[in-house]
Amino acid sequence: MKLRSLIAAACIGALGTAAAASEDTVKVGMITTLSGGGAGLGIDVRDGFLLAIEQAGRDDIEVVVEDDQRKPDIAVQLADKMIQSEKVDVLTGIIWSNLAMAVVPSATARGKFYLSPNAGPSKLAGQGCHPNYFNVAWQNDNLHEAAGGYANDAGFSNSFILAPNYPAGQDALAGYKRIYDGELAGEVFTKLGQKDYASEIAQIRASDADSVFFFLPGGMGISFLKQYADSGLDLPVVGPAFSFDQGILQAVGEAALGVKNTSQWSKDLDNAANTAFVAAFQAEYGRLPSLYASQGYDTANLLMSAMDAADVGDAEGFRAALKAADFDSVRGDFEFAANNHPVQDIYVREVIKEGDVFTNRIIGTALEDHSNVYVDDCKM
Amino acid sequence: MPAPRHKAISVTPILFIEQVLNGLQFGVMLFLMAAGLTLVFGVMGLINLAHGSLYMVGAFAAAAVAGATGSFLLALVAALAAAAAAGTIVELVVIRRLYHRDHLDQVLATFALILIFSEGTRWVFGSFPLYLNIPDYLSGPVTLPGGIEYPLYRLAIIGVGLAVAVGLFWLVSHTRLGIRIRAGESDREMIAALGVDISKLYTVVFALGAALAGLAGALVGAIQSVQVGMGEPVLILAFVVIVIGGIGSIKGALVGALMVGLTDTLGGVLLPALFRLFLDNSAATTTGSALASMLIYILMAVVLIWRPRGLFGVAA
Repeated sequence: MKLRSLIAAACIGALGTAAAASEDTVKVGMITTLSGGGAGLGIDVRDGFLLAIEQAGRDDIEVVVEDDQRKPDIAVQLADKMIQSEKVDVLTGIIWSNLAMAVVPSATARGKFYLSPNAGPSKLAGQGCHPNYFNVAWQNDNLHEAAGGYANDAGFSNSFILAPNYPAGQDALAGYKRIYDGELAGEVFTKLGQKDYASEIAQIRASDADSVFFFLPGGMGISFLKQYADSGLDLPVVGPAFSFDQGILQAVGEAALGVKNTSQWSKDLDNAANTAFVAAFQAEYGRLPSLYASQGYDTANLLMSAMDAADVGDAEGFRAALKAADFDSVRGDFEFAANNHPVQDIYVREVIKEGDVFTNRIIGTALEDHSNVYVDDCKM
Repeated sequence: MPAPRHKAISVTPILFIEQVLNGLQFGVMLFLMAAGLTLVFGVMGLINLAHGSLYMVGAFAAAAVAGATGSFLLALVAALAAAAAAGTIVELVVIRRLYHRDHLDQVLATFALILIFSEGTRWVFGSFPLYLNIPDYLSGPVTLPGGIEYPLYRLAIIGVGLAVAVGLFWLVSHTRLGIRIRAGESDREMIAALGVDISKLYTVVFALGAALAGLAGALVGAIQSVQVGMGEPVLILAFVVIVIGGIGSIKGALVGALMVGLTDTLGGVLLPALFRLFLDNSAATTTGSALASMLIYILMAVVLIWRPRGLFGVAA
């Protein structure tokens, strides 16, 4: 939405005016989703990113925020505009993998840095990796692999697994199966955008499954969980954090209570950076931060750590400074693998209710120092 | 590491009956959407792409009222009222100017309405999905004869949908308003010449269609998610329904909706099972699911080849 971008730009303008003339100002172009159904994610990434810069009190970063409307063609146009007329040094912000695939390869080929606060498609981690592309969040398969790891630890031996029939959904089931050792009671691909899961729930009931793994981001997950809770089935459910994140959880309500989900971040992670982040985010925006907000926040802190170590004009030095990942991540330990994707612990969270608010708490670690399987495919 | 092995899901009679019920439930929901769409198209010759937005308005109104009062019945009343009110306003302000324009203008204007409704709703309610849940007295499964466990709420939806269908048939065939609607469908100028206030009739029909869409949005919102953009996927299916049933026909909308609901639900289960007979499980799942999502469009094509005006359509 234009208005929100304007407000954001105005806030940044206030921060940035003093430094506009300075030589070493780094200009960041943020392309993210601020309107339409997926806007919650982009807004959180933006708010987390801007919060980190505001906290640092820096005047040598200028951020231009634009709304991609979740459309690849618009994202490409914005990237062109930012690179050609705004002359940004660093691009960031994209939420969706299909948009990232449209923007990232051409941006990095033109010598720009791209820091991904969310989308991590396998192509960009493997053969399509690039020294100027850093993913601060994850490789897309990570949380699904962690769910498979949790299933093994929990002793599940016959899972029913389902995901939408599109690339990320197929990757999700592949990621789960990569780590999960048991048998499959059923494997179902649903329609992308499907909202009624009565048919799938009936199949789960008819199978002899002992657990359910699902990847249904956004509204699909809300629908599934509400219908699952109402069906009377009580098999344990596990999934990646997307369907249980702070922004979405209130809409699922009681139906999500007790569900296990995997995430590289949680608001109760016990480290100083995270405690400060959660408190500052609540104070600034009046709501609890989400996973996406934490990713935006880490992305900004990574950028600022690299700016302290090298000049953005010195591509070689700046690249090395980014790769060093010398910042206090709200996730605790954080480093980059050879293909510039995180090596990090992934936790199992449980949905709980704190007062009137549904949220998550950590109950264990699913995978430690987890990287990704595409490292060997990346030649750079 | 060995790949996990699959066990095929077999289609038992209980599973089949459960899926038939699911198909019926999906069908009657589609009927609530399609009925309004087909009336508006039949009576006024208007293509209303914003019908899905009225569905969304109903769901958001229900979620807001349920959140404030805790009463699901009040929420349903609010959904009906809000959608009817939104429909009336839209008809008076925008739609009224479109009746004499061609279909392209109507599509453009109502598409603009979708954008206005979506961003307007986001302004008022924010970007995050809202909470609306099934009331306690309708939650949980019931055991049907034959040992089938089925959610009570879905049975209630089937009941409400069929009751609305009966009500609509009665309205159209036995009331003065119904006579006018039917007359408006066959000859617009003539009933205007006979002294019927045609613009008032149009507003009433539009508001009625909007209220039905709002009711569907609220009923479905309780088991799905209440969020911006929820109406458009349903809108596409509703168009498929009225094309199959014959544009302007309530009976066609009902039959078409049930056909689409059953085809979509049963196809999603039976096709992968069928492919499993001669493909390995993963391939069968992928191919079966892909084909199942095309099934209703194949159905529509077949119906159109057989009856170009739809099952109950009348020649123009």
